Amino acid sequence: MLDQSEGYVTSDGRKIGGVVMEMKNITLRFGGVVAIKDISFDIREGEIRAIIGPNGAGKSSMLNVISGFYNPQEGEVWYRGSLRPPMKPYQVARQGIARTFQNIALFEGMTVLDNVMTGRLTKMNSGMFSQAIWKGRAEAEETENREKAERIIDFLEIQSIRKTPVARLPYGLKKRVELARALVSEPSLLLLDEPMAGMNVEEKEDMSRFILDVNDEFGTTIALIEHDMGVVMDLSDRVVVMDYGKKIGDGTPDEVRRNQDVIDAYLGVAHD
Amino acid sequence: MPEQLIFAMEVFLNGLMAGVLYALVALGFVLIFKASGIFNFAQGVMALFAALTLVGIMNGQVPFAHIINATFGTDLHYFGWTVPGLLAILLTMGMMVLLAWCVQRFVFRHLVGQEPIILFMATIGLAYFLEGVGDLMWGSDIKTLDVGLPQGINETIDEVTFGWFGYGFFIDNLDLVATLVAAILVTGLVLFAQYTKQGRAMRAVADDHQAALSVGVSLNFIWILVWSLAGFVALVAGIMWGAKSGVQFSLSLIALKALPVLMLGGFTSIPGAIVGGLIIGVGEKLFEFALGPALGGATENWFAYVLALIFLVFRPQGLFGEKIIERV
Ligand SMILES: Nc1ncnc2c1ncn2[C@@H]1O[C@H](COP(=O)(O)OP(=O)(O)OP(=O)(O)O)[C@@H](O)[C@H]1O
Ligand SMILES: [Mg+2]
Repeated sequence: MLDQSEGYVTSDGRKIGGVVMEMKNITLRFGGVVAIKDISFDIREGEIRAIIGPNGAGKSSMLNVISGFYNPQEGEVWYRGSLRPPMKPYQVARQGIARTFQNIALFEGMTVLDNVMTGRLTKMNSGMFSQAIWKGRAEAEETENREKAERIIDFLEIQSIRKTPVARLPYGLKKRVELARALVSEPSLLLLDEPMAGMNVEEKEDMSRFILDVNDEFGTTIALIEHDMGVVMDLSDRVVVMDYGKKIGDGTPDEVRRNQDVIDAYLGVAHD
Repeated sequence: MPEQLIFAMEVFLNGLMAGVLYALVALGFVLIFKASGIFNFAQGVMALFAALTLVGIMNGQVPFAHIINATFGTDLHYFGWTVPGLLAILLTMGMMVLLAWCVQRFVFRHLVGQEPIILFMATIGLAYFLEGVGDLMWGSDIKTLDVGLPQGINETIDEVTFGWFGYGFFIDNLDLVATLVAAILVTGLVLFAQYTKQGRAMRAVADDHQAALSVGVSLNFIWILVWSLAGFVALVAGIMWGAKSGVQFSLSLIALKALPVLMLGGFTSIPGAIVGGLIIGVGEKLFEFALGPALGGATENWFAYVLALIFLVFRPQGLFGEKIIERV
């Protein structure tokens, strides 16, 4: 078992810190459907944490609990050492938790750059009146936000489509723009719901590389959901496996791969 | 120049001026519709309510005097003071923000995620409620509103046009002021939406609720903001309309004229609301001028609706509206 307070060093030599987010005995129901059944796990500073499981296992629900879109009936969410009260999604976002969606939620009517700029909303301090009065300060803030946005756009190699309306982009690029918008808020925890779903092999490789680079360069803690087992095994430091709302495995990719429950419930199904 | 053409030009200009007021009401609709998908039937009543409140405050009227007197056997009507126009406008604006908060807190917060038709029904309820409250608070008699805006024929235009055509145009100063104020208002709104944090958040909410939430925008706050802005636009429209024709309950009927304006301009477009308003204003005046006598007059009552109907058939999304695509 991993030490709770300290952290660990990964096989490729990256240092993983203490627990940032801890889910304790989370249960989430929709009427009669139990989407999450008494699940506990943690996410550590600087790690890439994957959540996997068959369709309908409750993975997205779990991400929605973390990001405040769903409030669980039972259980506790601990963030940075304190118990988090039930929160609205926008409050969670303002705490530095950014996310993307399985079905992409972009501002279709805006350009790529405008979409990315909205990711800076949590960092904008000037209210409407101070913006009218302290024009200078508002302008300085705007310049800084603009620079940050451009830097992320460069980083994710989407410069060429900066001014393109998002509605006109192909699926793979939309996913990348959504990542850019999440990233530009400089989140301390980044949640990605199937960032590679619906992509071709080349796009998947690009996205994998970006996720690793983000983690590497910005030290961002990442929790992601992914179906492609190969990708998960390559990317993640630790994996939670869910099936029918229950946690059936938790550990390094190798540990999870050898776990008989996981093989039966998930890998077995996938390979049949 | 032939006399008829000169008259037509004057009618055209007056139509533009009338259109400005239509545009203002339509603008209030668009603001709320874009951000929340609510078709606010109460926009016209909001203009009435704002105008009533403004006059009431300026004249130092005791609100709910009727109820108070009936309950306590008193005979209160006025406080005995008057409030200067500008201060009264600020106080009224405060009232409109309070109204926005109440509407969100007590009505629409409980209707999040409901069908558009249900939201629309709620605004019909709101319209009648607000009309009733306006009546109870300030009484139903026709009031004159005078915040010190210039009124009467504009001498300069009269003289200049007389010099050109040998016929002086009659353009009301109030209409000129209304146009100027509307232009400033629209510019302000566009700058606000484009360059401020709240404006960006507003556009985000208008585009996609879920995405807006994920970037830290409080939908509740934005909806209160949008209803406040719509209240502000209603106040401006109420002042202009009230100064022109007195504050009376038929003011709420301009809401109905805004409907064809929106069908023309598109429900989601601010420029559309303005251009639509101007087209309707000019169209109905010119139509009345040209064909009114032949058709027995009073064509202004129906012209706008027929025009809108024609638009509905050929271009249902309006001139500027986005293509109507079902949102998933
Ligand atoms: N908003 C909701 N209302 C009702 N039921 C829901 C809701 N969201 C999720 N569920 C149910 O909860 C269960 C888990 O769904 P969830 O989307 O979390 O699965 P998932 O693991 O993300 O699946 P997938 O791989 O298909 O994305 C499913 O039975 C689903 O129908
Ligand atoms: Mg899912």
